[in-house]
Amino acid sequence: MTNSVNRQGLVSLLTALLLFVVTTNVSARGVYQTNEAFLNEVYDQTVPKSDVIWLKGEVREQVKKILGHNYNGLRIRYWKQNNRSTWILEEIGKEEPITFGIVINGDSVEKVKVLAYRESRGWEVKHPAFTQQFNDAKLKNQALDRNIDGITGATLSVRAMTAVVTLALYLDDFVSTLS
Amino acid sequence: MNFKRTILATTLMAAMSATQAAPTNEEIWQLLQEMKQELNSVKQQNDTLKAQNEDLKQQMQATEVKVQEATETAEAMAVASEEAIKNVAAKDSKTSIGGYGELHYNNLENKGNAEDKDELDFHRFVLFFNHEFNDRLRFFSELELEHALAGKGKEGEVELEQAFIQYDLNDKHRVNAGLFLLPIGLLNETHEPNTFYGVERNNVENRIIPTTWWEAGAMLSGELSKGFSYDVAATGGLKTDAGSNYAVRSGRQKVSESVADDFAYTARLKWTGIPGVELASSVQYQEDITQSLDTNAGSAFLWEVHAAIQRGDFGLRTLYATWDLDGDGPESVGADEQTGWYIEPSYKLTDSVGVFTRYSMYDNQAGNSSDSEIKQWDLGVNWWLDPQVAIKFDYQEQDAENKNDEFDGFNVGLGYQF
Repeated sequence: MTNSVNRQGLVSLLTALLLFVVTTNVSARGVYQTNEAFLNEVYDQTVPKSDVIWLKGEVREQVKKILGHNYNGLRIRYWKQNNRSTWILEEIGKEEPITFGIVINGDSVEKVKVLAYRESRGWEVKHPAFTQQFNDAKLKNQALDRNIDGITGATLSVRAMTAVVTLALYLDDFVSTLS
Repeated sequence: MNFKRTILATTLMAAMSATQAAPTNEEIWQLLQEMKQELNSVKQQNDTLKAQNEDLKQQMQATEVKVQEATETAEAMAVASEEAIKNVAAKDSKTSIGGYGELHYNNLENKGNAEDKDELDFHRFVLFFNHEFNDRLRFFSELELEHALAGKGKEGEVELEQAFIQYDLNDKHRVNAGLFLLPIGLLNETHEPNTFYGVERNNVENRIIPTTWWEAGAMLSGELSKGFSYDVAATGGLKTDAGSNYAVRSGRQKVSESVADDFAYTARLKWTGIPGVELASSVQYQEDITQSLDTNAGSAFLWEVHAAIQRGDFGLRTLYATWDLDGDGPESVGADEQTGWYIEPSYKLTDSVGVFTRYSMYDNQAGNSSDSEIKQWDLGVNWWLDPQVAIKFDYQEQDAENKNDEFDGFNVGLGYQF
């Protein structure tokens, strides 16, 4: 008897919580920001024309080295204006692809943002406190010039993010030497 | 025109100087006629060359256009095939698989009269199957074969450890429904062998928090401000009994035709405000830890707190968990309190080699004066061949009042995750 009373109370509490959460925020979901919204934010609503890098020869080899596997695609699209380039890249964390938005300014990282996260746990990687660690990071011997403190239970997501930021720095360096 | 005049003048001068004597008008006339003919043929040659030149130019332009067209076609084909491949891959990538496994060798000597433990065991072989229905609805599962061989009279078990649907309510809050891992402790949710030190999981997260611990029900999870996140769950409960001295681990029903007279409610608050730092605390209320089958027992309450810190090469994990069981039954055997804790500092010598030591203590009958606690020192090394593949070695030394419970020796393990 007491059990069922307890249970009813707790179930109603949970339902109330659920309703509260649903009604207070009805915006996005696993996708935190669309690619377009991210680009608009980076370029203040005037997004430059995009360009592509074809993954062939030396670039292909380096990309494979940085990611530990071939990139899923023949080209990588990017947006560049003056010394600022923006890259939207996907990489698998544990099992699901994570979408990252990365802005490179000059030869260092200006901003890293998780645009979509699909793993069952470990979404702490999208917290600014975590992504801020990458700010000002540079390329050193085709790797990041600093240590990134991980997240318990999200080791693979952190690893994916480190690889993708390194990739963006490398690709930015590559397109800079072209122009 | 200039060209013609020059030729004419030169020829005239040449003619005059050659004959010395002034030529006759007739001779001059003849010379002029010959020159006119030559001029005409030069003009014709010039026209032919011009025409040929023009042809070449046109041909070149045509070739350029063709090259451009070919490049565009090649590019378009590449893009089309890339898109096609991606479309196929996207369909496939809606469903993903993963897995982990661990092979153990234990060489442990019993300090009492019980048997030594010398064994090779493919302790866990696990496959993950996930599916993404749409942007906000996903399925996760974990199917495990424990101890390599399952069946009647065999050592192992086939277990469904996770099978739940996750629905994103919005970008901060989500609901899990189905069979999922309870949000308690460090290892229960993240137990892939490459993510922790030591061959075997620590005893506290085995005997006090009965990892791997899953239940069926619903869980609401999400983020609060400034690095705080929460989980609240309503699930099935434990069913322990007097025969096993009310030890919590014996109470796992594993959602296998589980008795569901009494439920359990779990809540966790976690803080990950600084990179490399996790502080969390969980509480759980069990309505009746024997599913109302033992009138001498009743509700139970679990409290757990832990910290996991990774700063550069240094790591530290520490955890404390304690149960409070109601009723005379548990009290009579001291099981009204079941407690354990550990502290585990570690250091990474290189990117791929780390060493650790751990002191742990647990007691499933901490409520009475009998000395039933088991203390353990571990010292070991993890060698990551790849971040997802680890070879492990550790030495353990236990201390128990009942020497039959005390095992000392070493363990070797191989673990992977993909």
